[in-house]
Amino acid sequence: MTEYLGLSMLLFTIGAAGVLVRRNAIVVFMCVELMLNAANLALVSFSRRHGELDGQLAAFFVMVVAAAEVVVGLAIIVSIYRTRRSTSVDDASLLKA
Amino acid sequence: MNDVLDTAWVLVALPLAGALLLLTWGKESDRFGHWIGTAASAASFVWGAVLFVALAGRDADDRSVTTTLFTWFDVGRVRVDMALTYDQLSALFVLLITGVGTLIHVYSIGYMADDPRRRRFFAFLNLFVAAMLTLVLAADYLVLFLGWEGVGLASYLLIGFWQHKPSAAAAAQKAFVMNRVGDLGMVIAIALMLAHLGTTDIARVATGVPALSDGVVTGLGLLLLLGACGKSAQVPLQAWLLDAMEGPTPVSALIHAATMVTAGVYLIVRSAAIYDASEAARLAVVAVGLVTLLAGAAIGCAKDDIKKALAGSTMSQIGYMTLAAGLGPAGYAFAIFHLVTHGFFKANMFLGAGSVMHGTGDDVDMRHYGALRTAMPVTFFTFAAGYLAIIGFPGLSGFWSKDKIIETAFGFNVWVGLGTLLGAGVTAFYMTRLMAMTFLGRKRWREGVHPHESPAVMTVPLVVLAALSVLGGVMLLGHWITDWLAPVVGEAHHEELPVPAIVLTLSVLVVVAAGVALAWATYGRREVAADAPTDREVGWWTRAARHELYGNAVNDALVVRPTGQLVRGVTAFDKHVVAGAVSGLAGLFRDASQGLGRLQTGFVRSYALVLFGGAAALAAALLAVTIA
Amino acid sequence: MMLTALALLPIVGGLVLALAPRGDWGRWFAVAVTGATLGLSLAVLARYDVEAGGMQLTEQRTWIEPMGVHYALGVDGLGLTLVLLTTVLTPFVVLAALRDRLPASEGASNGYLAWMLVLEGLAIGVFCATDVFLFYVLFEATLVPIYFLIGSYGTAGRGRAAIGFLVYNLVGGLVMLAAVVGLYVLSADAGEPSYLLTDLQGLEMGVWTERMLFLGFFLAFAIKAPLWPLHTWLPDAAGAATPATSVLMVSVIDKIGTFGMIRFCLGLFPGASEWASPVVMTLAVISILYGALLAIGADDLRRLVALTSVSHFGFIVLGVFALTTTSMAGSVLYMLNHGLSTAVLFLVTGVMIAQRGSADVAAFGGVQRIAPIMSGMLLVGGLSSLSLPGMAPFVSELLVIVGTFSREPVIGAIAALGIVLAAVYVLRLYRRTMTGPLSPDVGGMRDLGTREVAALSPFVVLILALGFYPQPLLDVIEPAVDEVSHVVGVGDPEPRTPAPVAQSEPQEEGH
Repeated sequence: MTEYLGLSMLLFTIGAAGVLVRRNAIVVFMCVELMLNAANLALVSFSRRHGELDGQLAAFFVMVVAAAEVVVGLAIIVSIYRTRRSTSVDDASLLKA
Repeated sequence: MNDVLDTAWVLVALPLAGALLLLTWGKESDRFGHWIGTAASAASFVWGAVLFVALAGRDADDRSVTTTLFTWFDVGRVRVDMALTYDQLSALFVLLITGVGTLIHVYSIGYMADDPRRRRFFAFLNLFVAAMLTLVLAADYLVLFLGWEGVGLASYLLIGFWQHKPSAAAAAQKAFVMNRVGDLGMVIAIALMLAHLGTTDIARVATGVPALSDGVVTGLGLLLLLGACGKSAQVPLQAWLLDAMEGPTPVSALIHAATMVTAGVYLIVRSAAIYDASEAARLAVVAVGLVTLLAGAAIGCAKDDIKKALAGSTMSQIGYMTLAAGLGPAGYAFAIFHLVTHGFFKANMFLGAGSVMHGTGDDVDMRHYGALRTAMPVTFFTFAAGYLAIIGFPGLSGFWSKDKIIETAFGFNVWVGLGTLLGAGVTAFYMTRLMAMTFLGRKRWREGVHPHESPAVMTVPLVVLAALSVLGGVMLLGHWITDWLAPVVGEAHHEELPVPAIVLTLSVLVVVAAGVALAWATYGRREVAADAPTDREVGWWTRAARHELYGNAVNDALVVRPTGQLVRGVTAFDKHVVAGAVSGLAGLFRDASQGLGRLQTGFVRSYALVLFGGAAALAAALLAVTIA
Repeated sequence: MMLTALALLPIVGGLVLALAPRGDWGRWFAVAVTGATLGLSLAVLARYDVEAGGMQLTEQRTWIEPMGVHYALGVDGLGLTLVLLTTVLTPFVVLAALRDRLPASEGASNGYLAWMLVLEGLAIGVFCATDVFLFYVLFEATLVPIYFLIGSYGTAGRGRAAIGFLVYNLVGGLVMLAAVVGLYVLSADAGEPSYLLTDLQGLEMGVWTERMLFLGFFLAFAIKAPLWPLHTWLPDAAGAATPATSVLMVSVIDKIGTFGMIRFCLGLFPGASEWASPVVMTLAVISILYGALLAIGADDLRRLVALTSVSHFGFIVLGVFALTTTSMAGSVLYMLNHGLSTAVLFLVTGVMIAQRGSADVAAFGGVQRIAPIMSGMLLVGGLSSLSLPGMAPFVSELLVIVGTFSREPVIGAIAALGIVLAAVYVLRLYRRTMTGPLSPDVGGMRDLGTREVAALSPFVVLILALGFYPQPLLDVIEPAVDEVSHVVGVGDPEPRTPAPVAQSEPQEEGH
């Protein structure tokens, strides 16, 4: 049990650090996926531990949402890349006040 | 009660209908509109005469008929009936207003013949007659106020009749606004009556006065006096009258000499019950009358503009009436008597002045006249009748009426009496000056001016008014006028005179003769300069009188300029402080939003950092709480 | 159902006008709809039993049950007077507005007229609502048509003015919403929640609760009315609106403020109203003098007329919070009369501005020579605005002054100063625009046309008729304000020494 949670924590930390330090939008995006999957791992582990299906159910929801997010997110990244020839998240800062 | 006296409303309705007809009828009535106006006024006069005969036929103690037409408004504790009282006092006024009014209508047909807006002029004249009749017939102070403001409106419209002249428009505005200051007194007096007596019915107020406290009665008297000062051009609200001469001359004759300006005197006499109950208010009336009588006379001495000289004289004569009205029951009847005779001779002289102007191409400067007696004989003789009447030539109307006032004034107080005596002398002086400069002496006509006599339509009213000026004194025969008015204004009881009445009369004659002689010596025998001496060349007293005793300067300094400054101050305050506070509040929100907006850097990773930091802080806080 | 029909008729007409294809037919359709509304309102008047007084023609349906909200309509003397003001004004205002030059593209007039119709319907609804929540909803809804009337169809600076108007009034509305919610809490505490006026009257509440709720309502109404120092939105809004919009806004919609003061502030919070009356009366007197002084100094015709209204609203509020039947009846009558006289002033100055192409007073001069009817109308409107006896506003102004004077002589006397200042601003306006030598710049102006005269003369006739015979209306108004005055419990002071009734005719006078 501890091992699973430890792995989940590790994955989550890597993901969070990646979101914060990497500029490439694709990599940031992958890191977000990593964090989601870390959460999934934790959910499934607890589900197994408690013998209930709620956690697995939640994991499925997360996967569905993550899949939808990938579609939308990649579409945005591709369209930004087409107009700006760059995938750096720092270049897309037009929404500042 | 189906009495002919209940039809007093017809008197008002006729000219009112005339006014409405003339105002709404189109251009096609331009040709005959003036006849409609004159006919309406004349019909009202005829009806007034019928009613007068009917009234005189009644018993002396049954000569007041009140007719309620309808309830004007009745709400809460205020009930005002549109009611008319036809009694001895209003009957006299009805005859004066419609009689002189009709003559002036006739005169105006000729005087305004060339004016493209003559139809409207007659509409306004009719409106004036209707409003003035409402004023004198009113049985309620509020109905009186309706007529009061109505004549003010007519006066405004007629002073400013030649609207293209900025001076006329300004004079009209000045007249209306100054009258409104007086109206303020009227409105507050009405509110005071309602608060204390619960009614504004004139008869009921009179019966309720004895129960009032002294302060309230005096307050009422002073407030009504303020109203009277505005309408009757008495000091301190006198300054509008001289400017009002901008209006066509028939207007000056009808409104600003014979009728409207005497409304203040009427108001005081009508409110006799209030003034009888308050010594202080009466004293104020006397003081106002005395000051105005001397101030007006002084102004009359210095003006070269014939209409303004006459206007100063009007002020002064109304001062006499006001003073008499302030003397209480002894003076009321004489105030009205002088009012009526003054209506005759002053209307006569104003119309005469109009005739002179008509003949000299609308020149008003007396220094450009001279020797008009040959060119305009009818005008000269009728004017002379008015002249003799006003200075109090024995036997003429003004002699009787003014003599009575002086006599009563001496009975009241020697100094007041001496003031009126002095006024009589000055009157003789300025009227002789006017007469000499206009009709006597040598020609000082401008080039191209060929004075000629006016058409018959203008001279006939002059002749009629001249006859009335001469014969007006008959009203005093057998004390008719005092007996007639006694039921309305109270019995006159004679004060003890310091000297026998005949001595007083003789001394009046001496003073008048002195005034005439002095004026004759100055303006009759010597040549009058065709150009007025400049202000530098004359003494301070002439300078002051020329500038109307600095009345306008005082008004400017005390009221007009401070108000202007107040307006500018309030406008700036509104713009910068009140509106500024609002836009300041809006600015505060704008600044706040701009400051907070700076947090939105646009860098996704900084948002993410804040997000993680926030989540971490939240988790830490939760942990801390759980552990504690 | 009659009141529902009355309110719905112009709204439906407005929707038809907005959705149907554009065309010239819209102008006359709008006149026809408003005319029909006027007819229907006269039928309502005929059905109203003056003798009986009280709320009549009532309708009631439950709307949101858990909150106690009802769709409830009804008119009493107060509501009826203002409904009539609305229905009488609108047709002629629409008639006057038919050829208004609008900033939007050609054919926009249908939208412009449609908003006016919707506004009329909403205003009727506001004056008939007998449920506080319904009133609140309609009260806020009236902001929308005015926002678009100013913002889309106004003159230069309209966008800013519209936003200013909206924000200012929304602030008031939000404070009022808090008070409306507070009423729900109180009525739910007392048992079944209900927003019906009849249920809310006499609701038990603490002194300070009452005062707070009072202030919530009062603030909204004081902004709407507008009372000094919350008046600054009005001249700005009127300065950027078309004349017709200004008339509807000032003559009708602003009356909701003073209407609400009587119906809700005095009706629901009588104790707090009496508590606040010295302060409110002082503010009202300041409004009277302040508005008049600003009007004297104003150089823009539209702002000038709007500022005179600030002064007149001061009189109305003064009469309401003097709490006597006399002054309150005067105020209600004043609301109607002010609507008429201000309509004349706004419409005439509107024509002047349209023809001259400038709203600056100094741009005119001597217009009387070429446009006598126009100058006559301006003078009539002005004279009624300065309360000349014989014109309708005189009676109402006098009742306000007299009623106030009977309780607070000093305040009444100071308020009376307003009549002098009114003479100054009206006559100055007339003198500067109409008299004097003909200014060469005004040469292109023409006199009022038949349509304009037709739109204005009903007002003139009404002003004169009500000046001489206001009693029928007072009979309608008095029971309503008497009831409110009774609730507040101050009433008219007795005359201190009542004059004895004169003997029956023929009577003797004096001695």
